[in-house]
Amino acid sequence: MAMLSTHGLTAHYGQFQALFGVDITLDAGECVAIIGANGAGKTTLLRSLSGVLRNEPQSIRYRGEPIGALPADAVMKRGVAMVPEGRKLFPSLTVEENLLIGAHARRGSGSWTLDAIYNLFPILKERRDNAGTALSGGQQQMVAIGRALMSNPDVLLCDEISLGLAPVVIRDIYKAMPRIREGGAAVIIVEQDIGQALEVADRVYCMMEGRVTLSGTPTDLTREAIHAAYFGAAA
Amino acid sequence: MNWIDTIVQGILLGGLYALFAAGLSLVFGIMRLVNLAHGDLIVLAAYLILLIVSLLGLSPFVAALIALPLMFGLGYVLQKVVLNRVLGEDILPPLLVTFGISVVIQNALLQGASADTRRLPTGDVGVASISLGGINVGILPLLTFGSAVAVILILNHVFYRTALGRSFRATSDDPTTASLMGIRPNAVFAQATGIAMMIVTIAALYLGMRANFDPAVGPARLIYAFEAVIIGGLGSLWGTLAGGVIIGLAQTIGAAINPEWQILSGHIAFLLVLLFKPRGLFPRAFD
Ligand SMILES: Nc1ncnc2c1ncn2[C@@H]1O[C@H](COP(=O)(O)OP(=O)(O)OP(=O)(O)O)[C@@H](O)[C@H]1O
Ligand SMILES: [Mg+2]
Repeated sequence: MAMLSTHGLTAHYGQFQALFGVDITLDAGECVAIIGANGAGKTTLLRSLSGVLRNEPQSIRYRGEPIGALPADAVMKRGVAMVPEGRKLFPSLTVEENLLIGAHARRGSGSWTLDAIYNLFPILKERRDNAGTALSGGQQQMVAIGRALMSNPDVLLCDEISLGLAPVVIRDIYKAMPRIREGGAAVIIVEQDIGQALEVADRVYCMMEGRVTLSGTPTDLTREAIHAAYFGAAA
Repeated sequence: MNWIDTIVQGILLGGLYALFAAGLSLVFGIMRLVNLAHGDLIVLAAYLILLIVSLLGLSPFVAALIALPLMFGLGYVLQKVVLNRVLGEDILPPLLVTFGISVVIQNALLQGASADTRRLPTGDVGVASISLGGINVGILPLLTFGSAVAVILILNHVFYRTALGRSFRATSDDPTTASLMGIRPNAVFAQATGIAMMIVTIAALYLGMRANFDPAVGPARLIYAFEAVIIGGLGSLWGTLAGGVIIGLAQTIGAAINPEWQILSGHIAFLLVLLFKPRGLFPRAFD
């Protein structure tokens, strides 16, 4: 049975419907990528999974428990951590405080500690006393990832961690992915960079206009199929 | 007339205003909530201390110690049950609701305690004074100022050096992202208001020992508190102390020139600061 799954998940912003019956699954230790064009509903899906958007209880299940209606803090305490779109560091906290607050609801005695994060991203140790928002975009992204890891999550949700970053920086950040997975977390990454997504993920979902239009392993999926699922059959 | 004496008295009076203001400053800093019932809550706390004093025959200081956890509880519940429901993008609902609470407290006190003026018994402390370099300084004003400095030191420590303060600042920055850290913003707000009500209790202790009070004096305390917060710069606790001192100084200097000018001078000082420093003396870097 999947560790985390959605069942006919819908989402609305007021009158506007952003998700139309999305079904995805994530197994323990797995890395799943979600790709799709701007506005496809990827962020909305992650916001639903993390509890920022509330839903029908049964529309999201985690380790057999319906969590669709739980608030974000309750979902996080069960082991689902999020690296939100746009990093969202706390401006009045230093780099180190941003990391420490990630451990606010720390669970058990997992391997992620402050030292382990500094080991993963050594530059953060040098900048530990800076305001989080004084860092470069790539460094901010490292803080956001480290902050989520500090809770020792079982599921890590990453929303466009490569957005706006230079290719070398993206490589540095994705280099951390194997070690994050060794730490035991299953990962969902949302990526616009399809090449990057196919490279790190065990499975891929492609979304368009609030629906999953394609899914499979990176080797299963042909360029043409992805192109069609991304832009619609007419493209 | 001794100017040094006037200035010392003014600074010490500022301690009282800083105590009125610190709770308001804390709550505003964390949740952008202007609590129009703040002054009435100070008066309510003064009556609570008086009640404990008369029921148990304790000194006001001991009675305030007992009132502290009760007022924390009141603040916690008030935030949880009422204020959290009206916090949001729109700043009007919290203003209306706290204005309503202000009216309710005033009328409840009128019913329960009558309109008679009261005072907390001070015993010897109320009249004692010591001589500092030739100036006679009352023990009570000194205690008030010392308490204000202590409150602000402790609040700053909590705010910048503890996990609780970290969650206060994070929630103040961005409640949604804070909830992704496992923080419950509503619980954080309730704790903050609880702490603010403990400061209110300390303010009430000195208010009640230094001056007469009745159910209607809350709004005037709110105005002093408000002015101190604005002068200091929103969200800065040391600024709030400075704001209190500026109002205290202006009032005593004004009164030294002409006793009728006391209150007016405080308000004029407030307007002057606003004129030249619209964001206050120590505004937060980001907002
Ligand atoms: N707060 C909101 N209010 C109203 N509509 C919204 C809101 N957030 C997103 N939407 C709409 O919901 C749809 C899905 O948005 P979402 O942010 O989930 O897309 P996305 O796949 O993450 O896109 P991107 O790649 O640009 O991040 C879009 O049409 C968007 O305009
Ligand atoms: Mg998005």
